[in-house]
Amino acid sequence: MSATAAEIATLVGGGHASAEEIARTTFARIRRCDGRIGAYLRLDEEGALRSAREVDARVRLGERPVLAGVPIALKDAIVTRGVETTCASKILRGWIPPYDAAVVERLRAAGAVITGKANMDEFAMGSSNENSAYGPVRNPWDLERTPGGSSGGSAAAVAAELCAAALGSDTGGSIRQPAAMCGVVGLKPTYGRVSRRGLVAFASSLDQIGPLAHTVEDAALLLEAVAGHDERDSTSAARPVEPYRDSCRGDLRGLRIGVPREFFVAGMDSEVEAAVRAAIEVLGRLGGEIVDLSLPHTPHAVAAYYLICTAEASANLARYDGVRFGHRARGAQDLLEMYQRTRGEGFGPEVKRRIMLGTYALSAGYYEAYYGKAQKVRTLICRDFEEAFRSCDVLATPTSPTAAFRLGERLDDPLQMHLADVFTISVNLAGLPGISLPCGATGAGLPIGLQIIAPAFAEQTMLRAAWAYEQSTDWHLRRPPEWTA
Amino acid sequence: MNAAYEPVIGLEVHCQIKTETKIFCGCPTRFGAPANSQVCPVCLGLPGALPVLNRRVVDLMLRMALAVGCTIRPRSRFARKNYFYPDLPKGYQISQYDEPVASGGRIDFEFDGTARSARLERIHLEEDAGKNLHLDSRPVSLVDFNRSGVPLMEIVSEPEIGSPAEAAEVLRVIRSLVRALEVSDGNMEEGSLRCDANVSLRPVGTRALGTKAEVKNMNSFKNVEHALAHEIERQADLLGRGERVVQETRLWNVQRGVTEPMRSKEEAHDYRYFPEPDLPPLEIAGEWIDEVRRGLPELPAARRDRFREQFGLPPYDARVLTAERELADYFEQTVADGADAKQAANFLMTEVLSRVADPRDLPGAPVSPRGLAALLRLQSGGTISGKVAKDVFLRMWETGRGAEEIVRAEGLQQVSDETALEETCRHVLAENAAAVDRYHGGEQRVFGHLIGQAMRASGGKANPKLVNEILRKLLGG
Repeated sequence: MSATAAEIATLVGGGHASAEEIARTTFARIRRCDGRIGAYLRLDEEGALRSAREVDARVRLGERPVLAGVPIALKDAIVTRGVETTCASKILRGWIPPYDAAVVERLRAAGAVITGKANMDEFAMGSSNENSAYGPVRNPWDLERTPGGSSGGSAAAVAAELCAAALGSDTGGSIRQPAAMCGVVGLKPTYGRVSRRGLVAFASSLDQIGPLAHTVEDAALLLEAVAGHDERDSTSAARPVEPYRDSCRGDLRGLRIGVPREFFVAGMDSEVEAAVRAAIEVLGRLGGEIVDLSLPHTPHAVAAYYLICTAEASANLARYDGVRFGHRARGAQDLLEMYQRTRGEGFGPEVKRRIMLGTYALSAGYYEAYYGKAQKVRTLICRDFEEAFRSCDVLATPTSPTAAFRLGERLDDPLQMHLADVFTISVNLAGLPGISLPCGATGAGLPIGLQIIAPAFAEQTMLRAAWAYEQSTDWHLRRPPEWTA
Repeated sequence: MNAAYEPVIGLEVHCQIKTETKIFCGCPTRFGAPANSQVCPVCLGLPGALPVLNRRVVDLMLRMALAVGCTIRPRSRFARKNYFYPDLPKGYQISQYDEPVASGGRIDFEFDGTARSARLERIHLEEDAGKNLHLDSRPVSLVDFNRSGVPLMEIVSEPEIGSPAEAAEVLRVIRSLVRALEVSDGNMEEGSLRCDANVSLRPVGTRALGTKAEVKNMNSFKNVEHALAHEIERQADLLGRGERVVQETRLWNVQRGVTEPMRSKEEAHDYRYFPEPDLPPLEIAGEWIDEVRRGLPELPAARRDRFREQFGLPPYDARVLTAERELADYFEQTVADGADAKQAANFLMTEVLSRVADPRDLPGAPVSPRGLAALLRLQSGGTISGKVAKDVFLRMWETGRGAEEIVRAEGLQQVSDETALEETCRHVLAENAAAVDRYHGGEQRVFGHLIGQAMRASGGKANPKLVNEILRKLLGG
């Protein structure tokens, strides 16, 4: 299965292929391959075949759903009615949501076929997918390496063609970083562009759902389908959805491309740096005007991010108390013991670490020094971007300082792990859209990602730049060697 | 209490806002529905569910805030108040912290015949929690989330109320306001009005506040007064013995009639408030405020003053009649239907109020203002006596029939036929010769006895005024 989402939708929508057939082929491949990768936590073959048949019926009645028959994997942070949703945590084991996330409703309406729930770092906390309570995901390019995270299952599933495209969520880089490490396109929309209704919250002011796909056009297609105002999410933007797919055309003449010097730091992988600089040259050759500039507060982004996201997470994760759903410790003698044991047994070490950090940051006497200060830094970072976008239309940076690292390599070094998101985090703090697309490979053949960042709600400009780059290079056509046979 | 100290009381009043649906979701707020029948992913705190503010809640809260003269913040914020409890589904309550909707304002009240006021610190919005149910039969607790997400406003007074009786009066005025404004049912028994108080003592003549204790669990006006009086007594004893008041939260134990420690300052929750990221700041433009202000009804205090002026009622009557909107409406309608205002006021405050458990039930009462006005007109026109009017009213209340119909059917018309009355009076004087002699001997009060005899002889139907005149004439007075 090497067709893109756009191609599948055209074939199925035009009545030239059957959604059911495509779904069956996809599940056959998942059965053959996913045992070695672990991209999926759960398959919904029955539900997928049922919706595939419905799509086929719709097409026969003359409908042309934009995602007709496109097999799509969902990060397990996105709730699905009737299908267990765990966020890769033991504490949610067995939880069957009574409702669908807004994006799921929209995907279904658009004719997509949902294959199953993709693995992830527990509660989206992590950069390697090793924090899943149900085992890690292996990178299809090298099974000894991580796929990145936290949407590692979504990225690996797309890379290994276990679906045509996927949805992930991005709080500090969780779509873009694994996309870069798995050699696929990952798009984090402007905060508020996509409804968060039904996204299990990690850090509410940063979380955003977005697509992972093989091509920029596919990412645009998916974004167009899931974006838009939702009155059930008070933070979703009440502005019309632009035709993102139509942005996939033209060249870069007249487009100013900013290159922030803080994004090329000491310690970054030299192959990554070389590949990204080469990509920026390509953007220049395509007519873009390269502008050297500075985002001076970038070095403070990681610290601010880890205060804000942990503070919000400490409250968001309070609801996992064993009272109403998910795991409850057995045999507790009183309420406090039930809380302590339920949460002690249910959460993994990284989640506990972040809950403790966030609780501390919000504590009486520390609030101003930590959370308050972090919010001020956040404001400064927003201003940095505002300032930068006076002199450029988009920014081009590396997505991650390194290519995929080995499983276990950073497990004992949380700080090093957190640095994997150093180039993606400030985009979330500022609520901006960002996209990562393949722009090279290391000597060992591991994918490298180029990140393009745009002003809020300027997804069209971002997509135009990404598409132009993609059209002039072949990186997006590479497939993991093991799967080409 | 030790005369060297004076109490300082501050109130925190939680008031359930009367909307059809909850504050952050579309679930109904109906009281008394089967457990967990009015819930959804939002008010159950399911993963992925998000709050959406019910604008109607803000409308109603603004009515109260404007009625008591608060300043409305053009941009206020919701905040998360974090604590664990089984009835709190998200592990935090969406409330407001440092940027509440309304601040300032004051509650005017009368005490000891003088006008006083209690300044308010703020009024803010928040969501209610569910309810834990503890079973006697099994060692388990259950939770009902129907109340989870029901809108509340918290009215916080400045700590400057000087006595338990005044505190209760402030609370009464708050209840009367929220009812008049149709913002809340204001029922302490059902929990739609809840009151906590902080109490401290300070040496008379000083300004600085002493260490306070917070008193909770006072679920009636009587309890508020008793609990505060007890708490003041307790603190005065401590200070009198040279001991210190500990800052803590105490529960009123209604059975034992004492406040008991619940948690100390050290055990106090650190609620770790921070701005609610799921809700944008609440913007309240001037037009919104103007619109709410235009819709405000006449408030009890203004109505009280108007009743005194317009109807010439004594202050006491005016206050009683305006304590509840329904009673005041009933009174005004009775007068509008042709009754004399003072007569209507007297009749309402005695006969009518003694028939209803709650003045707010008056709109559905068996006797309408029109029916009452008809009855009072029969009395003032001399067709029936005051005593008969009371009896007729009872019949009206029991049967739902009209005053004229009852009077006609039962022959209760007052006898105003002078010839017939004179006959009756002569008869009475003849039968009471001894009393007549005593009257002539200067014993004036016998006259009342003779009137009574004459009235009885007429079956209570005689016009008392006429009887009076005729008797005086016959006795040569």
